[in-house]
This record gives sequence, structure tokens and C-alpha cells, in this order.
Amino acid sequence: MTGESTFGKVAGPGALPSPDGAPLISLRGVTKIYGTGDAEVRALRGIDLDINGGEFVAIMGPSGSGKSTAMNILGFLDKPTGGSYAFGGAEVDHLGRDQLALLRRNFLGFVFQGYNLLARTSALDNVELPLIYQGMARTERRRLALDALAKVGLKGREDHDPSQLSGGQQQRVAIARAIVTNPDVILADEPTGNLDTARSHEIMDLLTDLNRKDGITILMVTHEPDMADYADRLIHFLDGRIEADTIPDKAVPHAL
Amino acid sequence: MLYEAVRLALQAIMRNMFRSFLTVLGIVIGVAAVIAMVTVGQGSTDQVEADVATLGTNLLMIRPGQPSQGPGSGVGGTAASLTLKDVDAIEEQIASVAVATPSNSRSMTVIFGNINSSTTVTGTDTRFLTARDWPLSSGRSFYESELRTGSSACILGSTVRAKLFGNSDPLGVSIRLKQISCRVIGVLEAKGASSFGTDQDDIVLIPIRAFQRRIAGNQDVSMIYASIRTGISTDKAKADIERLMRERRRIGPFEEDDFNVFDMKQISSMLTGITSVLTGLLSAVAAVSLLVGGIGIMNIMLVSVTERTREIGIRLAVGATEGQVLLQFLVESIVLSLIGGLIGIVLGLGLGLLGSRLLSIPFAPNPSLVLAAFAFSALVGIVFGFFPARRAARMDPIEALRHQ
Repeated sequence: MTGESTFGKVAGPGALPSPDGAPLISLRGVTKIYGTGDAEVRALRGIDLDINGGEFVAIMGPSGSGKSTAMNILGFLDKPTGGSYAFGGAEVDHLGRDQLALLRRNFLGFVFQGYNLLARTSALDNVELPLIYQGMARTERRRLALDALAKVGLKGREDHDPSQLSGGQQQRVAIARAIVTNPDVILADEPTGNLDTARSHEIMDLLTDLNRKDGITILMVTHEPDMADYADRLIHFLDGRIEADTIPDKAVPHAL
Repeated sequence: MLYEAVRLALQAIMRNMFRSFLTVLGIVIGVAAVIAMVTVGQGSTDQVEADVATLGTNLLMIRPGQPSQGPGSGVGGTAASLTLKDVDAIEEQIASVAVATPSNSRSMTVIFGNINSSTTVTGTDTRFLTARDWPLSSGRSFYESELRTGSSACILGSTVRAKLFGNSDPLGVSIRLKQISCRVIGVLEAKGASSFGTDQDDIVLIPIRAFQRRIAGNQDVSMIYASIRTGISTDKAKADIERLMRERRRIGPFEEDDFNVFDMKQISSMLTGITSVLTGLLSAVAAVSLLVGGIGIMNIMLVSVTERTREIGIRLAVGATEGQVLLQFLVESIVLSLIGGLIGIVLGLGLGLLGSRLLSIPFAPNPSLVLAAFAFSALVGIVFGFFPARRAARMDPIEALRHQ
């Protein structure tokens, strides 16, 4: 774990070695090509994107438009074929697998459409998972995980397995897991895709809260315009390019 | 982190209890076999050594016959027999020998009143007690006159005494060996139960001349015991006896010996040799079993890694490094095989205990073997768990998360 010292745990947003005024995330001419020759697929054809700390960004676009590929790259799960990616002002293109894992562990939280919780594992243990990999002591871990579960409104359900929780509750556990490390960015990949409308709005309210109150930057892929409306900024992908990058009209409040 | 890995491993193993049990069965059998066999083998070796000690470690046995025949092969066919003169010559002419005594034995029925008992009748003389370091518990040894005339006096071993007389005093009472009647003059002290599986105390001693004349009907001596003087090596005494015997039996310089000189160490090393060969063979079988067990563990770990692809994806996504995932799965396979090893050790010791009880030999568990078995099971876990664990660690998190 050579990167441990470079990417040690930090307190939260603003602790990154970021030059004043520089965006939190900065993509320049990022391309991604899968396969070679005839089987070559150009998923991303040159993306330029700056995202500042504290933004709530919705990413939309049809299937195959490259938005998932972009999310994977932004989430350090994948590496771009070309171009450059700076996170907190630091270039991350040259980093290896383990160093990217450390970046994910310390600065990011993931929320997936399918929740991706460990089966037959209590809510509490699921939330503790990222802290285990940070090497945090058991009691401290437990305290932070309980706090995170309380924050997402699951106090009293800490010992429930995912199978004993509803979809909305499972997604809340996933959000608790994402925020337990006090990340800079939450990457949410269709977080409401499996939920009914009422539950979807609850989850969106929760994410909005985290964005507003804790200043966590949120990048969210969604197909539903209703959900995209929660965001401050809307990015449309099409054919591996950013087609539109807009600040939606926020005149109509979302409160139901 | 290691603690967490062990906890996770135990969880994963418990979730598939039956599968885990089948997986470790190979290790269990392998380890149990080695532990049980070596424990019983060591016990029988200890027993043989104890037996040799009761016979006297400084004892040589001279028998007619080709040297190539082992000590168990009896009297050689064509070789000339030994004589009482040989006994005297060995004792008188060889400085390294303290005493020499003849010993002709035959299995016979001994009768007292209405009690019959099969026992070993040995024709010898009073030096037998010195050579075998075997004191009397009551009565006396043969008088010179009894030995010279071959009169019917006999000394009983403690087993025979107990069988024929129970608690009453046998001294002065006459017993019958076939048609011969003989008077009990002494009783030997008990030597202890078994010597190579036979009861040494089941014996009746009579004067050698009485044996020759009334039982064997010839002048032969079938075996001579010679005890070596303290401080003189067995090899030296053996060489001295061989030289003298070749001379007395007129064996030419290029001819082979037609007699054997054994020492007890030779017999014990031969017996322990058999044990160690058996132990070696069984260890080889056990090693194969461990190998098969290891392959079983690798197989199940590969299945487990594939089944848990999504879990691995989640772990990688929340920031587990390659090393941490590798550690998790490696620890799981090590814990699995250590559990197998532990069960095997307990089972093996249990079987060893049972075996030594059945064979009435000492229970000799070997702590270093137990440790080695433990270490070896860990090694099996590491070796056969590494490949599946590396496969898990190298997964692409995106692919893994997409896995259904």
C-alpha cells in the first residue's frame, strides 16, 4: 500500500491539496476506446468537463451515449484511453489500481441502482465496510456507522439484513455506506431506478440534503427528468460527447 | 485487518457448513492418518525398546545356522548344533564375556493336580539368571549337583506359578512336564507382561542336562546367551565370539559362518525399522491425501470466488486494495484447511489412543508432529488458496459489479 501516505484519510471536503479556485474535478479531452480493429467501440470521444466542489450534477443521455463510461472514469473504477483527469487539482492518470482504490476509499462514495449491499450482512456491517478497509478501529467504526445510519433515517434497523429491508431502505443503507467515510463526492448511478415514485423522491430529498447541508458533491446518472430536476446542473451525453451542459430553471421548488 | 479477514472467513465457512465440511475432508483424513499411524508406530517402537531393556541390552545370542537367516528363522538345517563345551569355551576363553549360558526351549504342557497349562520349558543352568538379570522371588537356583546329574528340579516363572498354584506356596511341590516329574525349587520374579508379544514369565526352567536327556533326547544346545562385561562394546564381544566359534567349528577363512550372533539392539532396530518403513509408507499415502485435499480446497475456493464476484466488486468499489481482497480469500482458505487440520489432529490422536489401547502399547503422541500437521495444513491453505485469491483480487470492479 504505497499510496497510503499520499492519499491518507482526510477530514472531508476542502482538505484536498486543491489550488484556490481550481475545480474539484477536471476532465480534458478524455476518450475511452474499448476493443481494437473492427470491434473498436469509441465510448467517449473527447470530454471536457469541470465540476466544482458542492455541485449537484445530473447526467442524462440515452443508452450507449457514454454516460456510464464517464461515471466509471470519474469514480476511479476505469481509466481513460486518452486525455487527462485531475481530481482536487492533482493528475490521477498515472495512478495504479491500488492507488485508485485508495482514492475511492477516501474521497468517494458510490450509490448504485441495484443497491449493491452485501447479502446476509447486517446494515451496520455493510456501512462499516469502507471503514474496515481504511483500517479504522472497531469501536470508532461502529460509532461512525451508527451515525451514518441515523442520518439516513434507519436508526433501529442496524441489525437488519438487506433481505429484511424494503428497496428504499436498502438504498438508504447504501447511502449511509457512501457517506460514512465523509467523502467529497457521491457518485449515484440511477439511484432511484428500482424504486417507486414516493420512495424515489425520499431518496432524492436525502441526497439533496447531503448536498446542501454537508456540501458533498453529487454526480448522478438518471433517466428520469423528475429526478434530474433535483440537480443544479444538467449534463446531456450523446454519442460519446457532451451534447448540453445547462443550469435548469429552479423557479419551481421540489417540495411535495 | 487480519482479525476482520479471519472473522469474514469464519462467516463464509459457516454459511456453507456442509460444503466446507466436504471440502476439508481430504485434509482431515490425511492429517488423521499420519497422526494416528505415527502415534501407534511410536508407541510400538517404545514398547520394543522397553522389551529389549527387560531382556538386557548387553546380551548376545548365539545360534547355529546361516547368518542370512534372521533371528526369527530358527535353527539352521544343516549347520552343526552348539554344545555345552561351546558354552564353557565362550565364558572361559573370551574376556569380554561375563557369563554364558545354554538355553534350549520347547513348548510343553505342565500339569499340577488337575490343572493343565501350556508353557515354555527352557533347559539351562544357574548362569541364566545372571545373564538375563533375572532374580528369584523365592526359593533357590539349581545346585551344581543338580545341573551335573540333570536331576528333576525346576524353577517357575511367575505366570506359571500363578496358573498352577494360585496363592499357595509351590516350593518343594512336584509338578509334571509330560512324563517327567520335577520338584519346584524356586520362583522367578515377574519381568512384566509382554516381550515382543509373548509373556516372558510363562516359563519353566530345568537343568540343561535334564532337558537334553529327557525331553530332547540329544546333546545339542540350541542357543547360547552371553552377557557382555560392562564397559565393553557389543561389537567387540560379538567379534570375539565369532572368531572363537569359527575356530571351534573349523570354518575355513573363505567359508561363511554357520552360526549367528545377535544382539538385542539388532533385533530392536530391525523391529523399529519395520515400523518406520510402515510409517513412511503411510505418510506417503497421507501426503497424497493432503494434496487431494488441497486441490479440493482450491476447487471450492474457485467456485466461491465466482459465486461472490459481485461481493468482490462491491468491496473493490468501496476501496479495498488488491492486497486486501487477496488477504481475505487467502485467509479463508487457510482457515478452512486449518479447521481441517485441527479436526484431523483431534481425530488422529483419538484413533492413536484407541489403537494403542487395543494393541496394549504406550500412547505416544508426538507434539512436534502435531505442530507439523498444523503448519502443513496452513501451508496447504496458502498454496492452494493463492490462485483463487489472486483471481479475486485481480477482478475488474466494473465487470464484477455487473455480474449477476
